[in-house]
Amino acid sequence: MNITLQVWRQENADRPGRFVTYQVTDIEPDMSFLEMLDVLNERLVAQGEEPIAFDHDCREGICGSCGVMIDGLPHGPQLGTATCQLHMRKFRDGDTIVVEPWRAAAFPVIRDLVVDRSAFDRIIEAGGYISVDTGSAPDANLIPVPKDVADTAFDAAACIGCGACVAACPNGAANLFTAAKIAHLNLLPQGQAERWTRTEAMVETMEQYFGSCTNHGECEKACPKGISIDFIALMNRDYAKAKVKNRRLLSQSN
Amino acid sequence: MTYTTSSRQLDAKIPSGPLEDKWENHKFSIRLVNPNNKRKFKIIVVGTGLAGASAAATLGELGYNVEVFTFHDSPRRAHSIAAQGGINAAKNYHNDGDSVYRLFYDTIKGGDYRSREANVYRLADVSLNIIDQCTAQGVPFAREYGGYLDNRSFGGAQVSRTFYARGQTGQQLLLGAYQALLRQVAAGTVTLHKRTEMLDLVLKDGRAVGIVTRDLITGEIRSHSAHAVVLATGGYANVFFLSTNAMASNVTAAWRAHRRGAAFANPCFTQIHPTCIPQSDEFQSKLTLMSESLRNDGRIWVPKRADDNRPPDQIPEEDRDYYLERMYPAFGNLVPRDVASRAAKRMVDAGKGVGPLKNGVYLDFSSAIERLGVEVIADRYGNLFEMYERITDENPYKVPMRIYPAPHYTMGGLWVDYNLMTTIPGLYALGEANFSDHGANRLGASALMQGLADGYFILPYTIGDYLADFLGDPVVPTDDPAFQEVEDEVRGRISGYLNTGGTRSVDWFHRELGKILWDYCGMSRNEEGLKKALAEIPALHEEYKRDMRVLGTNESLNQSLERAGRVDDFFELAQLMCLDALHREESAGGHFREEYQTEEGEALRRDDEFAYVAAWDWTGNPQSPALIKESLEFEYVTPSTRSYK
Repeated sequence: MNITLQVWRQENADRPGRFVTYQVTDIEPDMSFLEMLDVLNERLVAQGEEPIAFDHDCREGICGSCGVMIDGLPHGPQLGTATCQLHMRKFRDGDTIVVEPWRAAAFPVIRDLVVDRSAFDRIIEAGGYISVDTGSAPDANLIPVPKDVADTAFDAAACIGCGACVAACPNGAANLFTAAKIAHLNLLPQGQAERWTRTEAMVETMEQYFGSCTNHGECEKACPKGISIDFIALMNRDYAKAKVKNRRLLSQSN
Repeated sequence: MTYTTSSRQLDAKIPSGPLEDKWENHKFSIRLVNPNNKRKFKIIVVGTGLAGASAAATLGELGYNVEVFTFHDSPRRAHSIAAQGGINAAKNYHNDGDSVYRLFYDTIKGGDYRSREANVYRLADVSLNIIDQCTAQGVPFAREYGGYLDNRSFGGAQVSRTFYARGQTGQQLLLGAYQALLRQVAAGTVTLHKRTEMLDLVLKDGRAVGIVTRDLITGEIRSHSAHAVVLATGGYANVFFLSTNAMASNVTAAWRAHRRGAAFANPCFTQIHPTCIPQSDEFQSKLTLMSESLRNDGRIWVPKRADDNRPPDQIPEEDRDYYLERMYPAFGNLVPRDVASRAAKRMVDAGKGVGPLKNGVYLDFSSAIERLGVEVIADRYGNLFEMYERITDENPYKVPMRIYPAPHYTMGGLWVDYNLMTTIPGLYALGEANFSDHGANRLGASALMQGLADGYFILPYTIGDYLADFLGDPVVPTDDPAFQEVEDEVRGRISGYLNTGGTRSVDWFHRELGKILWDYCGMSRNEEGLKKALAEIPALHEEYKRDMRVLGTNESLNQSLERAGRVDDFFELAQLMCLDALHREESAGGHFREEYQTEEGEALRRDDEFAYVAAWDWTGNPQSPALIKESLEFEYVTPSTRSYK
């Protein structure tokens, strides 16, 4: 296959970026998209040009490191697939492919296709955990968790934190990411003690960094793990309740 | 290339007393740090996989002042995330005869009697606490309809003791540890340094007192000082270039510590995982593992006749060889990894390989689908099947998967004593970065167990015993000459790479190194091949130093520069691996020497001569390291020939 790539090149956060066009010839359809970029990079190095920087690591669609906009779509045209799992057989010989970093104000560009997703860690720090110090856990089978509940919690927990949902959202909202973690923990019996404080803290931290959700639903479609926007509804419900419950808890403690 | 024998003695510090009481007694007898004094101690943790994140979180909870480093953009990216199958624990929830002792026994036997009894028993013992801890954190383990935890069986075991979270157990366990870690970051006990790579270890008066790092975005070289340094930096399977490890996984932190005096143990004990997707072409960047749990329901076969080119559905039962079931009736498709891998290699070498390049064997689910229905299979393995289809464009519900072994895990690593301290006082190694518990071969679902055992339940106790001596002592200031010298060396190294101005990319050299190592120090090894590798690797390394091409500058995100140092270290490690493999004139677990096999082609151990840990000291010359032996005593399990028939 021969393709034309238009790639966003940007030296660092302070410099303006631009699209650069590359002709990539003799590509195998069985190559992954990132292997195609590897090949291009090897050729660039041979020509004395600096290779294109992009985040990637496991190349199995689970670490969440990779992710670029491919023809305007986060992770490209194949649904439910991270960039590293996308293969060139999904494109046609002669295609022109536009490759950009995630588009989101909360994810500033570091270099080329690499962005800073630290804001996701801030949301988890705000309450995306169950506070249980090492050593204080009871026997694992002491708390039965109905299979359906465990399965649904798992569906939410499958989030890989790649940021495609934010990149897909016209508002740059992180509601799907935040809701997935809130739902994972709020659904489980172990997560009940901190349910309301967690929800309020995480949602409000999210709002410091990201835009607001206006129910476009683009996030669900872009998610490589197929996480449902139903979890956003659950988060919104818990957030509304948390506002009341947390106030009541506070008044009791005074 | 030769080696010398070091006069240095290794003290594993194994506590006395009966096996089952050693850890309890040890915990009681070692010194503690008073809760109010813990914050006066600064501990550096490098790496945020299962071992690093769990250690850093737990040390933070205890009140220590922790600094944690990851070269990723977030601690959640560490390669533990990709572990699929599960985590072992001797809970015996299924009433099938499991016990701590049986898990201990299986692990010793699975490791082909090349691990320490005391360490392995402790590992089996704390496996119980790990499941409790992770469940309490909200890790969504698979459940049965009654709401209780489900288990499955795994290679090398005859009981169901593997806890799992679909095919994403590593992800869920890592997210649990990551969340616990970020909770401590929020609490202020842990400071997190992201996109920051450790490039060297700093010693003063023979003790580890800090590290030197490079900020991967700005290129800043910086010193960090502490009372103790913990390396949880993973394994070195990427030395083979093509492996199931993540692209950035590397040996640099451990290797640079080795160069500063930490002995490196059993480097030739590498694990080749039997169920990976076969390589499809030269450009391939990595190999993808398909969880070993697939062997629970999939049947492995090849055509009976070499060069049978019919598609699998047109090969009738009588023309198929279910070779694992035939050769190992008791364990069948669930034999340990090394056994399954070598059997696959024998089939492919005999011309019975399948697929376009004839480099795989079939893993067939048709009888399981017939027996259990598509839904059950989809529930168990759905995500793995999808992953396979995305990569190969073949649907495993209809066509048998093609699999072949690939480098996956490394049992070798930094030598540690019972307290997980390396031969450098104050330097600890956890998880895959150390050598301690898996002997010559790791059982499936035991890596996650060991990483979390080390991080949650072992290091947090044992580190206090070392720190207790330094109460009231300030950390060594980073303007001390000890730090400045190392910083200068690191800067020199980096400018060396940037100024080489050669013609070939770092990746090109890495790929060539990988080919040599895979051919001569891969699934099976022999004297001639290893000697050849030991001649070729140094020559290629010299060429690397002369001819690598790294563009760009230090003062920006420069991924080629990052790789240049890692590949440099892989070159040195590769030589040690081959030398270790050459010196170990026996076959044990993942180390198969063709000269030492039984008539049936099984591994032939030589306990009289090689029942020891081979720890290697750096001498300044990668071609002549110094060997230190730690002999292994077996008081409870009698070494016997492993039989999975």
